[in-house]
Amino acid sequence: MDETEDTLNIEGLKPSVSLFEERWNIFKLNRLAYFSFIFLIFLFALALIGKVLTRWIVVFDPQLVRLPEKFLPPLTPFTSEILSAEYAPKFNIYFLGTDELGRDIFARMLEGTSISLTVGFVAVSISIFLGIFFGGIAGFYGRLKIGFITIDTMIMRFVDIMLCFPTFFLILTVVALLPPSIYNIMIVIGLTSWMGTARFVRAEFLALRELDYVAAARSQAIPEWRIIFIHMVPNAIAPVLVSATIGVATAILTESSLSFLGFGVQPPDATWGNILADGKQFIFDAPWITFIPGFSILAVVLAFNLCGEGLREAFNPRLKEGI
Amino acid sequence: MVDPSNPRMKAEDIQRIRTAFHLDEPLYAQYIYWMKDLFTAELKSFKDNQPVLKKIWDRFLNSLPLFIVGILITWFLAFPVGIQAALRRGSVFDKVGTFLSYALISIPGFFLSYICIIFMVKTFNVPVIGMRTFGLENAGLMVRSMDRVWHWTLPAFMSAVAGVAILSRYVRSQMLEVINQDYIRTARAKGLSENTVIYRHGLRNALLPFITMFGLTIPGLIGGSVIFETIFAWPGMGRLGFEAILARDFPVILTLNFISAVLVLIGTFVSDILYAVVDPRIKF
Repeated sequence: MDETEDTLNIEGLKPSVSLFEERWNIFKLNRLAYFSFIFLIFLFALALIGKVLTRWIVVFDPQLVRLPEKFLPPLTPFTSEILSAEYAPKFNIYFLGTDELGRDIFARMLEGTSISLTVGFVAVSISIFLGIFFGGIAGFYGRLKIGFITIDTMIMRFVDIMLCFPTFFLILTVVALLPPSIYNIMIVIGLTSWMGTARFVRAEFLALRELDYVAAARSQAIPEWRIIFIHMVPNAIAPVLVSATIGVATAILTESSLSFLGFGVQPPDATWGNILADGKQFIFDAPWITFIPGFSILAVVLAFNLCGEGLREAFNPRLKEGI
Repeated sequence: MVDPSNPRMKAEDIQRIRTAFHLDEPLYAQYIYWMKDLFTAELKSFKDNQPVLKKIWDRFLNSLPLFIVGILITWFLAFPVGIQAALRRGSVFDKVGTFLSYALISIPGFFLSYICIIFMVKTFNVPVIGMRTFGLENAGLMVRSMDRVWHWTLPAFMSAVAGVAILSRYVRSQMLEVINQDYIRTARAKGLSENTVIYRHGLRNALLPFITMFGLTIPGLIGGSVIFETIFAWPGMGRLGFEAILARDFPVILTLNFISAVLVLIGTFVSDILYAVVDPRIKF
C-alpha cells in the first residue's frame, strides 16, 4: 500500500483530492443535506449525553412521578409547595412540561433519543448485514448449482417471496406474537428490510466479479470469503450506504407506528414513539405531549432522508444534473 | 371459552379442543388443513366462529372505495406537481415542492392525522371519525351524503399523502430524463406548441415506469391502511387485521397475509401485462 503511494508521489501522479474528499465536496454543495448531516452529529451527541444523564448519572430522572405536577406546559418553573425539593427537576424548571403522571418530558425525550436511534441503527445493521451476505453470495457464487437450480435463483426467489408480504402487517403480526421487548422490535424490523440491500449488492457484484482486481486476488489464492468481504464489498458499498441512511429513517418511523398501536417499546422505557402515543389521549388538554415528540421525529427522519439523498447525489453526480 | 387457566377446564376438555383444531399434528399438516379449509370456504374465525372469507369480504367492501379515492387523489395530484416541478427546475416551486415532499415522507402518518383531525374539527366543526354519523339514518339525502363526504375526506387524503410525495418525485425525475431527449428537441424544432411537446411527446414516454408503480400500489389495500383505519375507526381490512392480531385470531391473520401476498402477485402480473400492451418493444 505504502509502496504504491510512494511511487505515485515520486512520479507526480498522486491525485490532488482523494476519492473521499471529492465525494465529500460534492456532498457539501447540497446545503440541505450538509445541514442535516451536522444536525445528525449534534443529535448523536445529544443521544449520548442523554443516555449518560438519564441512566448512569441520574441528573434528569425520566421515571420520577410527581402526581400534583401533571400537565404543566413547557417552561413552567417548579413552585410546588406539596412536593419536597428532592422532587424538583434540574434547574427548577420543566423545559418541555410534564405529562399525565407529572414526569418531566424533557428527561423522557432525552432518554428516548438514544433508544429511538438505537432501534434505528441496530435494525439497519441487521438488515445491511443480511443484505450484504445474501446479495454477496448470490452475486459471487451465482452460477454454482445446487441440484438443478443455481444459488442465484434460489436466493433471489427467496428475496421475491419476502417482498410479497406487506412489511408493516408482517412486522405487526410477528411483534404481536412475540413477547414485547425492544430487542424483538429491532430484530423484526431488521429481518424484514434487507431485501433491497441484497438486490443492490447482487447487482454491483455481478459487475464487480468480472473486474481485473478480483481476478488478481483469485490468482494469489486469497480465500474467497476474503475476496468477497474485504475486496469486493467496499467497492459495492455506496448504494448500500445510501439505502442504510434512508433505512434508519424508515426504522424510526416504523418503531413509532408500532408504539402508536401499542406493540412498540413498552413502558417504563421511553421512546419518542411511545411518548407520542401516550400523549394522544390528552391532545386537547396538553397538546405539547403530542407535538414535541411528533415534531422531533419529523425533524430527525427528515434529516436522515435529506442526508441519504445528499449521499446518493454525491456518489452518483449524474443525478444532480438531471440528464 | 378456550382458557387453560380456567379451573373448570378439565384435561380432557383441553385435549378435545386441541384435537378439534388439529393442534397436536405437525406444522405442515396444520398448514394443509388451513389451506383445505380456506379453499373450501370452511375456515372459521377463532373469535366469533364466523366464516373468515365472508368477514374479510365485508371489510373489503368498506376498504375498497377508500382505497380507490386515495389512489385517484395520489395520481391526480402527483402528476401535475411532478411535471410542473420538472418544467421549472430550480425555481421556488420546485424547491418548496422537493422540501415538502421530503417532509411529508418523514412525518409519522398518525401524527399528521391527529393534527388534521384537530384542525378539521376545530375549524369546520365536522365529524371525521368512523364511516357515518350515528343517528342520521332518517335525515334527508343531502344531509346524509354531505355527512359521508366529510367522513371520507380525511382518511382518503391521509392515505394519499405519502403516495403523492413519493410519486411526484418519481414523475419529476422521469420528466427531467425525457425532456432532454433528442426527440423533444425535434418536436420543438418542428414548431409544435409547447403543450403538445410536453404532454404528447414528453409525458407519454415518461409514463412507462409508472406501470410498475401502479402494480405496486395494489397490495397497499391491506398493509398501508392498518394505521389510518385504526385512527379513523374505519371498518376496513387493515383494521380487521389489527383486531385479529389483538385477539390472536390466527385464521384471520393468516388469511389476510395470504391475500396480500396474492395481491402483490396480481399487481406484478398486471403491470407485466400492461407493459406488453403499452410498449411494443416488449414481447413475451
